[in-house]
Amino acid sequence: MGMFSGFMASTWAVASIVAVVAGVIGFFVVLRGAAFVADAVPQGAFTGAAAASLLGINTLIGLAVAALAGALGIGWLGRRGRRDVATALALVVMLGLGALFLSFSTEYAPEIYSLLFGEVLGVSSTEIAPVAILGGLCVLATLAVFRPLLLSSVMPELAEARGVRARRMELIFLIVVALATSMTLPVTGALLIFSLMIGPPAAARSVTDRPLPAMLLSVLIALAAVWASIAAAYQTNWPVGFFVGAFGAVCYAAGRGWARHGRGGARRGRAPAGPASPGRPGGTSPRAGTALETGAPAANVRL
Amino acid sequence: MHLLHLIVEPGFFASAPVRSALIAGGIVAVVSGIVGASAVFRGQSYAGHALADISVTGGSASFLAGISPLWGFAGVGVLAAGVMDMIGVQRPRGRDLATGIVRGAGLGLGALFLYWDTQHTSTTGATISILFGSLFTITSSLLPVIALFSALALGIVLVLYRPLLLSSAVPDLAAARGISVRLVGSACLVAIALTVSLSAMTIGAILSTALLIGPAAAGMRLTSRPGLAMVWAALIGLAATWLGVLLAWDSFYWPPRHQGWPVSFFVVSLIFVFYLVTPRPARRGPG
Repeated sequence: MGMFSGFMASTWAVASIVAVVAGVIGFFVVLRGAAFVADAVPQGAFTGAAAASLLGINTLIGLAVAALAGALGIGWLGRRGRRDVATALALVVMLGLGALFLSFSTEYAPEIYSLLFGEVLGVSSTEIAPVAILGGLCVLATLAVFRPLLLSSVMPELAEARGVRARRMELIFLIVVALATSMTLPVTGALLIFSLMIGPPAAARSVTDRPLPAMLLSVLIALAAVWASIAAAYQTNWPVGFFVGAFGAVCYAAGRGWARHGRGGARRGRAPAGPASPGRPGGTSPRAGTALETGAPAANVRL
Repeated sequence: MHLLHLIVEPGFFASAPVRSALIAGGIVAVVSGIVGASAVFRGQSYAGHALADISVTGGSASFLAGISPLWGFAGVGVLAAGVMDMIGVQRPRGRDLATGIVRGAGLGLGALFLYWDTQHTSTTGATISILFGSLFTITSSLLPVIALFSALALGIVLVLYRPLLLSSAVPDLAAARGISVRLVGSACLVAIALTVSLSAMTIGAILSTALLIGPAAAGMRLTSRPGLAMVWAALIGLAATWLGVLLAWDSFYWPPRHQGWPVSFFVVSLIFVFYLVTPRPARRGPG
């Protein structure tokens, strides 16, 4: 088996870093319902790669600059109008520029293809260090703002009341997504990082509502999905993006199945910050009824 | 006359590809504006974008099968819309997630098809032409199919105009009046899928989001009346497409490669400029 030896070693290393980062950041992507942003930033960053190859500079730098520009652009346009529209517009402007840069360069189609859909065998050992540093930065930044980010994602009003600025959190989140994007893009491709960022966390969140275990589980699932994708891509010689997309969907489907059958529909509102969920639906209705009849005092006792 | 030649390079209106591009692009822009406005009303920008991306899969599949990309774009688009509908993009919660998963799986399949395209057929330019499209490669024989799909997409949105608006704005009231909100939503998704497949033909699969969302968003900043916003969206889309074709034609002698800049770039940039110059929606009373 040549799958684990020689030139594949750096691929495994880089892909594992990518999976960890995607698992951690993806957890917040899912929590914040920011799927469109997490989709648009990598896709727009593709432009940076095209520009970098045109100017003859390092692809990673091009990707990072474009991803940051895209993220800030979404933030800026988002203040002028609706969020989803802002995201869509920022994305298409980036892609339009990408089309222009591509038409200028004499790049071969296969290279563009691998930027968009990923390339397992294209990872060289010199890429490990920058990817590890960027990945470490992303994870550290996420952990540093873990609690405020969590709070402002789940309960924005409460977070504001406690002095967590929603806009600042949004900006930090966008920047982290952009950084993560620029490092993961060469491996999974511009179009499919996103599957890795939402499939595993969505599955993890169906299993547990508690933030830290969900995040760890999401990392583990992402690792498994990436490893399986690379092994499958190596064996079949098919594009790795296909497997990443497919495993992402499988994770999601498994999570939905688990949520429906495994827990008997007992999905509560997620409340990681404490016992902030009053009336419970379902089996406790008689007690809830009496509490309601006795009125305010009962509620006060609970608080 | 000299002034005109400065703006319009000679031969613009005499060229057959340009004429096809103007006709096809014009039809598609109008349809995209109107259907796009209903997508934006419904908060389905992301679904529109995902369907646009997935049309890559259709385009690459049609290259494999050796048929016109338009059939692939439309077939896979409608299929993907069906899957999205099934797994629940109708519910507001978790909708983006479901959309994104379908998009990821669909695009993955597209990657596989593109790979097969380059392995088993000799279509080397498939990736680029599917992703970024070219308005100038549309032949006049495609025009009837384009017109047919346009009529279908427009028909759905115009026939369902009232129920569609009502079920987007006040779903409970719509349901109380006997409108099947679910069915209206599905029909709207199908219309979006058809529209996106059309714009994938003209400005490319991954840029068709621009024609769908951009003019609609600009139109909605100009007026608060939905019908009028649709008209504005159609006009803005049309202006951007025609100006884009003209600029692309003019750009033939521009640096750096003297091969012309891509039409898609001009169309997208113009749409963005239109969006930026439209005023912020004013909070005004009636009249």
